Amino acid sequence: MTLTAEPDARSSAAPPKRPPQPLRHRLAERGVDWTLLLILPAVLIIGALFVYPFLYGLSISFQPLRGNDPLSNYTDFFGDPYLRDSIWKTLRLAVPVAFLSVAAAAPLAFRMRRDFPGRQFVTLVVLLPLTFGSVLIAQGMAQVFSTTGWINLLLTSVGIPEQQFIYNYTGTFIAALLVSIPFAFVMLMGFFGGIDRSIEDAAATLGAGRAARFWRIIMPLATPGLVTAFTLCLVEAFAIFPSAILVGQPDNATHVLTLPIYQAASQRSDYPAAAAIAMVMTVLELLILGVLMLLRNRLYRGPSSGGKG
Amino acid sequence: MSAADGGGFGTLQMRQVSRWYGKTAALTDLDLELARGEFVALLGPSGCGKSTALACLAGLQPLTTGSIWRDTKRIDSLPADKRGFGMVFQSYALFPHLTVQRNVEFGLAMRKVPRAERRTRAQAALDLVQLADHAAKLPSQLSGGQQQRVAIARALAIDPEIVLMDEPLSNLDATLRIEMRTEIKRLYQERELSVLYVTHDQEEALSLATRLVVLRQGRLEQTGTPEQVYTQPASAYVASFMGYRNMIAARVEQIDGDPRRVEVVAGDLRLRGTADPAAGLRAGSDVVVAVRPEDFVLGRAGVNDLNALVEVVEYHGRELAVRASTEKGEVLHFRTEKPVAAGARVTLSAPEERVLVFPAEPLPGADDDAHG
Repeated sequence: MTLTAEPDARSSAAPPKRPPQPLRHRLAERGVDWTLLLILPAVLIIGALFVYPFLYGLSISFQPLRGNDPLSNYTDFFGDPYLRDSIWKTLRLAVPVAFLSVAAAAPLAFRMRRDFPGRQFVTLVVLLPLTFGSVLIAQGMAQVFSTTGWINLLLTSVGIPEQQFIYNYTGTFIAALLVSIPFAFVMLMGFFGGIDRSIEDAAATLGAGRAARFWRIIMPLATPGLVTAFTLCLVEAFAIFPSAILVGQPDNATHVLTLPIYQAASQRSDYPAAAAIAMVMTVLELLILGVLMLLRNRLYRGPSSGGKG
Repeated sequence: MSAADGGGFGTLQMRQVSRWYGKTAALTDLDLELARGEFVALLGPSGCGKSTALACLAGLQPLTTGSIWRDTKRIDSLPADKRGFGMVFQSYALFPHLTVQRNVEFGLAMRKVPRAERRTRAQAALDLVQLADHAAKLPSQLSGGQQQRVAIARALAIDPEIVLMDEPLSNLDATLRIEMRTEIKRLYQERELSVLYVTHDQEEALSLATRLVVLRQGRLEQTGTPEQVYTQPASAYVASFMGYRNMIAARVEQIDGDPRRVEVVAGDLRLRGTADPAAGLRAGSDVVVAVRPEDFVLGRAGVNDLNALVEVVEYHGRELAVRASTEKGEVLHFRTEKPVAAGARVTLSAPEERVLVFPAEPLPGADDDAHG
């Protein structure tokens, strides 16, 4: 077939009309194809086992066991200073844990970009707590920090009186930190690893010393990663539960948000009340997440390599 | 504000520099000199140590042995940020979070240049690479060629005495590469720079450099002007790099009274060629014969006449690149402006002085030439 360029009076007047696009091309252009099935497993599982129960929880939180006031579960929670304080206690634990985790993991992840003897061993040791889970860690801590544990023995041997590290705020704090540092480390490894080495080299040839390279190049490029790691550590620490009971002081200093939820649901069988507190917790987390993500988006978000190659 | 203003710099020298990675040597006893005003191209295939040499000069990698001198000052233990060389990287290495303007200002900011002067000098550097309009953009908003020009402006903004370039054009497409090549040469001439330029591309090296340094497995193989290296390669290795696409393994048949004139045989090929008397060739020596495709001419000349069958013809505009083979299967590449077609029988000849004979040696796998 040949295309003939016949002079057409109309074609010069009207701009060319976009030809109709067949359905299959239209779908393909929008990324609708069979590979979409790949998202099904995760979406189905989360949808069936999380989203639905979550919505169900939301609805029953407005259907209190006693009385007709749909908000009574919420007014009960905020009216009781002991319950209300669990918000503050959770924040008091989660924020420092997240902050310290990132602060401790960042230099490590930064240095891990370059090789050194024993690098793999260090990686393994740092990641090990992740494989244990908080219950095992709490059990171990009960031993290590007991009156006859090595830490107190060491303290007394150098003349420092025995310290109470567990069954209080400190115990839960340490337990959370042990899980949170490797978590932050794994994330930050990716972020720091993504910063092209030649960018640092370029800064060096332009006269930037070690400190200038770190503060002017590495930090700005890593900050979005640091914020993300902080956010996820915070969310993780927000839901702390076993160690708050096992090595904390669950009725007082570590009476975190998960505890009244557990007590309402499992001990009083008051699911609506439990759901209401869970909703408070969710809203709080979303609020923090939202603020941090907003902050992150205000920072530089582009690629962390300076060109091709 | 030319590079010469800072004054003082006469030569930059690497003396007997070696660099080992674990148990392998990337550089061995390398002597390298860059005099003021020179444009030296470090040439060699990947893995020959040319980028290592540059990184050692820039202070980005430590030496294993040897020393680096700027005139009478030894600088090999000086950190990169104290050497004051401008460097352009293969990967551009722009700061992705800073605007073009701030990228170019970076070196000046490190030198505590006042803000106002920084601005004007950065603007001048951007003008030089014709990117003044893009000062407010982020690097990711620019094309590859523009990014590389920013990288050059950034390196030049600090008015370096010496500019180091590590394959700056290898990530660009062919058209842009040639354009940027001219641009670099223009900057070199206008700003009276001293440049050390690493490349694996012989055409780039020949067209830019005032002096070529060919490296081979971390050692210096040959140095000279582009013309010297192009017409008188010191070894088969250099020849294979300089567009001598016909590299034919052969054996010396006889040597006349003049040790430069050698007659060699390869299969059914019998050629008269030229050898370096210092190579110590004798009858029976294994040799490599190097002939550039453009040195073959179609037709009978009386000396070095070869009969061949045309196998593949590539159209290159003004000329054709032809692959032919002799009866016994020796492959020959030649170029011609005359029309020939696959299947034709032709007679070729090459002047005796353009048939170079080298002692046999294992050749690099650098048969990726696009310029045969």
